[in-house]
Amino acid sequence: MTNNQQRTRSMIRGGLSLLVAAAFYEAVARSGLFPAVLLPTIPTIVSTLIDMLADGTMFEHAFFTLYRVLFGFVLAVIVGLPLGILMARFPRVEHFFLPLISALMPIPSFALIPLFMLWFGIGNVTTVLIVFYAATFPMAFNTWSGVRSVNPIWLRAAGAMGADENSLFWKVIIPGASPFIITGMRQAFLRAWIGVVGAEMIAASDWGLGWVIFDAKEFLNADVMLAALVVIGFIGFVFERLVFGSLERATVQRWGMVRVAKG
Amino acid sequence: MQPIAIRDVSLNYDTPGGKVQGVTNVSIDIDASEFVCIVGPSGCGKSTLLNIIAGFLAPATGQISIGGKPVTGHGMDRGVVFQDFAQLFPWRTALGNVSFGLEMKGVANPERDRIAREQLRLVKLEKFTDSFPHHLSGGMQQRVAIARALAYNPSVLLMDEPFAALDAMTRDDMQRLLADVWKETRKTVIYVTHNVAEAVYLADRVVVMSAHPGTVKTVMKIDLPRPRDPLSVEFLDCQKELMGHLGHNTNGAAH
Amino acid sequence: MQDAVTAIAIADAAPAGRGAERWRLAARNIFPFAVVGTIWEIVAWAGVFPHRLFPPLEEVALSFVNLTISGVLPHHTIETVLRLLGGFALAAVFGTAIGVMMGRSRRAEDILLPLVSIGAPIPGLAYAPLFLLWFGLGNFSSVLLVGFVAAFPVIFNSWTGVKAVKEIWVRSALSMGADDKRLFRYVILPGALPYILTGLRLGLAQAWRILVAVEMLAAVPWGLGWLIFGARKFLNTDAMMAGIAVIAIIGLLLEKYVFQKIENYTVVRWGMVAK
Repeated sequence: MTNNQQRTRSMIRGGLSLLVAAAFYEAVARSGLFPAVLLPTIPTIVSTLIDMLADGTMFEHAFFTLYRVLFGFVLAVIVGLPLGILMARFPRVEHFFLPLISALMPIPSFALIPLFMLWFGIGNVTTVLIVFYAATFPMAFNTWSGVRSVNPIWLRAAGAMGADENSLFWKVIIPGASPFIITGMRQAFLRAWIGVVGAEMIAASDWGLGWVIFDAKEFLNADVMLAALVVIGFIGFVFERLVFGSLERATVQRWGMVRVAKG
Repeated sequence: MQPIAIRDVSLNYDTPGGKVQGVTNVSIDIDASEFVCIVGPSGCGKSTLLNIIAGFLAPATGQISIGGKPVTGHGMDRGVVFQDFAQLFPWRTALGNVSFGLEMKGVANPERDRIAREQLRLVKLEKFTDSFPHHLSGGMQQRVAIARALAYNPSVLLMDEPFAALDAMTRDDMQRLLADVWKETRKTVIYVTHNVAEAVYLADRVVVMSAHPGTVKTVMKIDLPRPRDPLSVEFLDCQKELMGHLGHNTNGAAH
Repeated sequence: MQDAVTAIAIADAAPAGRGAERWRLAARNIFPFAVVGTIWEIVAWAGVFPHRLFPPLEEVALSFVNLTISGVLPHHTIETVLRLLGGFALAAVFGTAIGVMMGRSRRAEDILLPLVSIGAPIPGLAYAPLFLLWFGLGNFSSVLLVGFVAAFPVIFNSWTGVKAVKEIWVRSALSMGADDKRLFRYVILPGALPYILTGLRLGLAQAWRILVAVEMLAAVPWGLGWLIFGARKFLNTDAMMAGIAVIAIIGLLLEKYVFQKIENYTVVRWGMVAK
């Protein structure tokens, strides 16, 4: 069997498996074994999704969520990236921050939600800070390991070719560490995305995809819940595959550098 | 110690992993306890041929028999040593690796241990029985691989450039060790290499293959007395002759 | 969380051989905490923030001790740990089984991969309301959700691990007479172990991260998540921070003492991953 046939068969099987899963869900939903509010049929979910997209509420929710997650994420990069570099370049900085990071990192970001709610109330500030907390550590950490793992031969080679400290840093260390930095961004965004949904659920304000899901539970709107889940999954997928995937392809993969472990 | 008959073996096809270096109409007869080297330029299909004999690939046409029995897949009548150091199981010690085949065969423990230790002694690694492979040097790992392939007492030993990734000095030592092991065990050996001196040092007969199509070009008998002296005039003459056979290949390179 | 391990490993990587060296290292590790603690104290005593919201550390410590002695904190902790173990056990058993199956059989891979890939990009907690709606508030939902979320990294890594088993090991084993069953047990499982362990570790980290939030949402009567969430209502910031401290300690212990030990004993000893 050739490669192509194999691939076609895989796609057919995959498609079939999705169809069967959907049909099974639909059958259970229609069977009346469970209340329809808890287990809406697929057409109901789709039409709810279309309605919410059409009247713009879903976009508004998505906008709020994206605003919070990107705000927190960008803050995390602004803080985490330089921190990681400084830690790798200066032992004193490393000695100070590494124990702190090691102690703080195992605390799940969600555990801080109640505390932040007390301090900053319900709303954007708490959510953004949770996102920031969740995303900073992977960013700083991966940058730190990336800069440390820059091949010393490259440094020597560049030094032999007359590179000074400055160009050594910008032209060798940063590109050399970039696989880790990109992995760091990817992990940071993943954490941020998880954090924002959780923070919106618990520290609820009036908008945001996490809030929609949690709010829908109160009114037994399982269709709204599932529609919001679809949007959350979609946005997560877009960032993971399209944004970070293409960033990686444009840099690290093009240079043929090994992809670092996926967290 | 079985004779091997290879009759009109051909294999040319595409796998999902890429095109296999094909072999066309290869026929070789190998006596029991004979040491045969297969040499040829890269792309002549010598490794493919070895994998067919090992039973990892099925030939498209032709057949192979060992001691009169046709080969239909991998079997315990053959031991295989690859070039890649990674062939050892990293989660087993040297002893554990050597015991593996015995375990599969159902040999019980005091006996299994004894045989495995004996094999490690044969390759001069009795001090490293409890070491994990990553603590051994490349040459030591290959020696464990040889001990492992011999432990369950196959009648045929198949070796695919086992020393190609070693440095020159270690390689010389390993060749001497392998010649000793062979003298002691009298296995039938098929040994693939692209190193001319190695072939002349080890082989009773050298099968020279050519590329495009991958087929047997000529067979050269090495009649030098053992142990062989790589610096003797006769040895160098043999090497020259073999080079000559290889030199007529399309690209004119010896390897 | 994988990264956390490395941090810890490096923080105490220097050989703690001679006494003076060890003290110096300890002092170096304590120093940053002392600095942060001092700043905290100054801010707390300066009264910049309301005392109830920003208690000084000795009050946190006192409440930690009181809650421990009264048995409240241990009770919360035990409930949380049991839920974590329950959920993680589900994820470990089913996740490894599914992942290994996907790695071994082309058919299973074709069928399961699309389903798994659709579920994976959704943050685990987003499923929480759905699970609560379907299975009710309480323990059952929480454990199930934790298991469900933690299963994804386990599945992906076991799948990759089985596919990454070196062909040369398989060939060597086959040539030595291994049949399918023994090939699986003696070669494929140990060969895939570095990946499976990574998956389990990520799964546990995932389970731990989400459990705290799930406990806040699922209205379970006991549990650290519930403790810190409930403390908010009565402005018990000190109790809340005591709870967070326990959460941090458990997170650290899981990393350092559970998985690192297993890894050191297996894949590190075998030289399959760099220490």
